[in-house]
Amino acid sequence: MNPVDVKNLTVAYEKKAVLKDINFTVPEGQLIGIIGPNGAGKSTLIKAILGLIPKAAGDVKIYDKQYRAKDRIVGYVPQRGSVDWDFPTNALDVVLMGRYGHIGWFKRPSKKDLNIAHESLKKVGMEEYADRQISQLSGGQQQRVFLARALAQDAKVYFMDEPFVGVDAATERAIIDLLNELKSQGKTVLVVHHDLQTVKDYFDHCILLNVSIITSGPTEEVFTMENLHQTYGGKLSFLDKGQMMVEQK
Amino acid sequence: MSYEAWILIIGSLAGVTCGIIGCFLILRRLSMLADAISHTVLLGIVLAFLISQSMNGMYMLIGAAVVGVLTAVFVQLLSSSGIQEDASIGVVFTFLFAIGVILITVFADNVHLDVDHALMGEIAFVPFDLVQLGFLPPLPKAFLMLSAVLITNLLIIVLFYKEFKITSFDPQMAAAIGIPVLFIHYLLMGMVSITTVASFDSVGAILVVAMLIAPGASAYLLTNKLTIMLLLSAVFGIASAVLGYYTASFLDASISGSMASVNGIIFALVFLFSPSKGLISKKFTFKKLNTES
Repeated sequence: MNPVDVKNLTVAYEKKAVLKDINFTVPEGQLIGIIGPNGAGKSTLIKAILGLIPKAAGDVKIYDKQYRAKDRIVGYVPQRGSVDWDFPTNALDVVLMGRYGHIGWFKRPSKKDLNIAHESLKKVGMEEYADRQISQLSGGQQQRVFLARALAQDAKVYFMDEPFVGVDAATERAIIDLLNELKSQGKTVLVVHHDLQTVKDYFDHCILLNVSIITSGPTEEVFTMENLHQTYGGKLSFLDKGQMMVEQK
Repeated sequence: MSYEAWILIIGSLAGVTCGIIGCFLILRRLSMLADAISHTVLLGIVLAFLISQSMNGMYMLIGAAVVGVLTAVFVQLLSSSGIQEDASIGVVFTFLFAIGVILITVFADNVHLDVDHALMGEIAFVPFDLVQLGFLPPLPKAFLMLSAVLITNLLIIVLFYKEFKITSFDPQMAAAIGIPVLFIHYLLMGMVSITTVASFDSVGAILVVAMLIAPGASAYLLTNKLTIMLLLSAVFGIASAVLGYYTASFLDASISGSMASVNGIIFALVFLFSPSKGLISKKFTFKKLNTES
């Protein structure tokens, strides 16, 4: 059974296709990087899978079933910049939002939900900041709060949109530890990722994307210079190329 | 009860009802949509009058809720098809309001419904417009309508508190975990509609925006907790009603105008002097940081 199975997915804004005929499956219990240049449709791909934006065509299955938000098997970490961090709330409250899907209508978070939220904050090393107003957190800490919220969702498949962007080294480390812990629990994590230099270290499996799928498969097989050239066209920077060459030697 | 007491009570009720709902408008950046709805509900009132041939408050609330939600739906439709949101609001708002104006002047010329009154309101007359309801003594219609709307709004906020919160903070994540974001949005717009209609007689369509936005905007600058923000905005709503009334009687000026002005003054004071987010404390912090470094 595949955690994620995407068939013939096409997404269009006005008349322009931003994702064209996407087909892929991912293996269970692995860390999967979604790699591609700006404007390749990486975030769009996640949003289309989650049904946040309309599909022009195609079919998405999560564990062989049509995806429904109510099934609560999918966790989502949006880009940090997508929300207003001046919102009057604290870190614990944001993490608690991860439980809202489980709580149901008209009910308040229970003691158990609170415990889970505290646990999740602890796992990202943020337990001392539970009562901190979210605008008072650094970028990296905000990102960790978002991850804690995803943990609190207790899902089987996670989609994370650029969790490594603009974070400090400590947070990057914390995120990686967390991803590996999720993996060890048999969860599948798909991560939109920008930094080509760390792809080999972080991900077991890669999806190279530029409007359509260039290739997907185990990282050591598909993360090659040739495929990257194809994915990025001329956009691969000199520095990236140099780095890759050094690594390949 | 004395005339003065009724004006204070009704003004405060309008202040609380508008202030609380306004918090969510601010957090969702919907102030302009609320402005639009406060005008388009005029069409709802006129339609309710034409259909029911009465000025019954219940019909007015229903008419307003329907047209208010329709306003939100039209704006949503236009902006999701690629038109800028502010342009969508501008077009929908003026069009629906204009239809309301035409209908008033054509059909309802000889009743107690006129554009001036709808725009400016007149709380001074409100205590005389009495309604007999069941075994209760005759009570001002505005008092009954505002109480009903306030209770309805509070009930909805309590029942859907976490949904309101998450869809305000992170609508994408809310949608991803199966919370009906659009339904909550339209529910809120319906609440805004009935709130503006109930406040209409007292403060009118233009000044109701001050009652909706200013208390919440002030509260936002004073706290980092949503519950406190809601409470504070209610307090500011009452304060502006009471202070506004006494200012008006001192100056012998428009009561609703004074209430809205007090709202503006409270906001200006908070904006300057808020201990954490005020202009002066920010300047002071910068200075301190500069001298430290």
